[in-house]
Amino acid sequence: MAVAAKDLTKDYKYGFNDGDEFVFRAERGLSPEVVADISRRKSEPAWMLEFRLKALEHFRQRPMPSWGADLSGIDFDDIYYYVRPAEEQGRTWDEVPEGIKRTFDRLGIPEAERKFLAGVSAQYESEVVYHSIREDLEKLGVLFCDCDTGLREHPEIFRKYFGTVIPPNDNKFAALNSATWSGGSFVYVPKGVRVEIPLQAYFRINTESMGQFERTLIIAEEGSFVHYIEGCTAPTYSKDSLHSAVVEIIAMPNSHVRYTTIQNWSNNVYNLVTKRAIAKEHAVVEWIDGNLGSKVTMKYPSIYLMGEGAHGEVLSVAFAGDGQHQDAGAKIIHVAPNTTSTIVSKSVSKGTGRTSYRGHLKVYPKAHNVKSSVRCDALLLDEQARSDTYPYMDVEAEDVQIGHEATVSKVGDEQLFYLQSRGISEQEATAMIVNGFIEPFVKELPMEYALELNRLISLQMEGSVG
Amino acid sequence: MSEATPKRAQLEVRDLEVAVDGKQILAGVSLSIPKGEVHALMGPNGAGKTSLGYAVMGHPKYQVTGGEIRWKDQSLIGMLPENRARMGLFLSLQYPTAIPGVTTVNFIRAALKGQGKSLPARDFLKLVRDQMTALKMDHAFMSRYINDNFSGGEKKRMEILQLAVLRPEMAILDETDSGLDVDALRTVAEGVNRVRTDGMGILIITHYQRILDYVKPDRVHVMAAGRVIASGGGELVDQIEKDGYDPMLREAGLEIDAAAGAATG
Repeated sequence: MAVAAKDLTKDYKYGFNDGDEFVFRAERGLSPEVVADISRRKSEPAWMLEFRLKALEHFRQRPMPSWGADLSGIDFDDIYYYVRPAEEQGRTWDEVPEGIKRTFDRLGIPEAERKFLAGVSAQYESEVVYHSIREDLEKLGVLFCDCDTGLREHPEIFRKYFGTVIPPNDNKFAALNSATWSGGSFVYVPKGVRVEIPLQAYFRINTESMGQFERTLIIAEEGSFVHYIEGCTAPTYSKDSLHSAVVEIIAMPNSHVRYTTIQNWSNNVYNLVTKRAIAKEHAVVEWIDGNLGSKVTMKYPSIYLMGEGAHGEVLSVAFAGDGQHQDAGAKIIHVAPNTTSTIVSKSVSKGTGRTSYRGHLKVYPKAHNVKSSVRCDALLLDEQARSDTYPYMDVEAEDVQIGHEATVSKVGDEQLFYLQSRGISEQEATAMIVNGFIEPFVKELPMEYALELNRLISLQMEGSVG
Repeated sequence: MSEATPKRAQLEVRDLEVAVDGKQILAGVSLSIPKGEVHALMGPNGAGKTSLGYAVMGHPKYQVTGGEIRWKDQSLIGMLPENRARMGLFLSLQYPTAIPGVTTVNFIRAALKGQGKSLPARDFLKLVRDQMTALKMDHAFMSRYINDNFSGGEKKRMEILQLAVLRPEMAILDETDSGLDVDALRTVAEGVNRVRTDGMGILIITHYQRILDYVKPDRVHVMAAGRVIASGGGELVDQIEKDGYDPMLREAGLEIDAAAGAATG
């Protein structure tokens, strides 16, 4: 088996940029003045400004995490924390500035919207520039807008839940997001409403040294269902950008929230994201988390199973090519009895790529009859490729059933030979084996995304055979 | 069978030496198979039969250290396995590998495509289904991951299914009969005979007479200690069935234990 190391950025087809496409850009660096200016430009209420400034203070005091991936390359003073791309948000694509519209066209967003989405939000730099939701859903009371609009137009619901799942002092990057947040999605699904077709948000960074800090808040009322999908890309620059999102989900009793991410940032983006859900009685929360891009990702979607009978699932796949480090995983906290959870993590490391699975499973003393299974499989494509597993378990209840399995394998000579002996080239054979390896993840995606993901994997294999 | 008028070889192995991890496995194998002939390759465990199949198909672990393998007058030495397959060679593996996540139907479709033999979707699916029916395979196998949690017999049928769909010019069947009960063996052997029309050459690697009752060999070769020690007609099979390999090994001047222990099979 010899798949040579190779610069993945060569195959990254989203690496183009639009030049300067903004109406306002804050000066580089972070200060109380910059934060106050963001808040003022958004005409926010006083409580939000206070929230932001407190968070900024916490961010400044909090040390960088000493565990996880290497973050020493981040220069917080060199980053643009707020870039406003357009004066107004478009309700039709024609209302979006031409250059930005062209970019989303190239990314296939309007086409996907026409074909198979119930609502679309497109964020460019710091603001959502386009937004739509199907009329029938709107009539049922479903809210889907950017978080700024959520704060402005639905202040009661917004304030009741905002920052309750992930407080600003949760971690350094949650604090950073809380101070600088802009855009993202606000989703509210009323009691009993099932949004059968996915809502999608797309995040695009264009400027060099950009910091994107979108904020997402999803509230699923009793018995409701929603599937939210996010995708993201950025131009390839020599200087690093920073993406630090916070996503909070509140799943009320018997509701079901599925959150799917296909993260495909360019290889100069630090992707440091905090995602957490609260699941009430018999609610189901699923994180379907795909990480293909970025320079460094640190992301551990978590689920707090607060209500009896709640169920949580984290299904993730990470692909690390040359120079990439995907430090991803899952956290599941069983607080209530009779709760169940499943974690499946699949990672692929290629060239000098590195994947880490970092998991935390906690069961509180009163959470009896808990069932959980954790499975992590790593596939290595090269000699230098690396994979590590850090599974932490903290079980304080007695009658629990916990299964844990971890495997590390290399693309087998025998598998390759078998495929090649049937007339399939080594490159194609490797892509088939890798796609087969992540199949349990891919089959959970809507078909259009499954096809796209398989295509991206094949693209990353192209020309990689030495 | 007579030695008198040897036909022109389509597959020719000459003085082939092969090593695995620096250890010699084949010590000068010579074998010629003319177009459309069926040859049987027998011999004790560890004689090098499987290694010969791998070497012909180009498994990277089997390093050719001497001699020649020619197919249709072209040397195969150094050629990638996929190119050998595209030139019409096929190896049915003794222990086919599972590839989790890759369905049978996708595997076969990719193989046909790799060999430049893609069919329109409808024709392709019909072909696969018809061949599965003939091999008494449940069509549900189409969407199962190839060889993943298959029984030994199911894996062998899967190999013959591929043979039937890919239609190579020369098939090496490595112990396709082992681990099959009488009924399964008949189904598989009939499958081989069905696809064998119009001049497909076959090399059957086997320990047993059973499969050769269904697929009659034109010639029989016996390997031991990494080389061919006897070649002849069907009578060799009867002889082996009756007396075992010992008389042949003695005649070849081989220690009986050494002959069995020379190679990894």
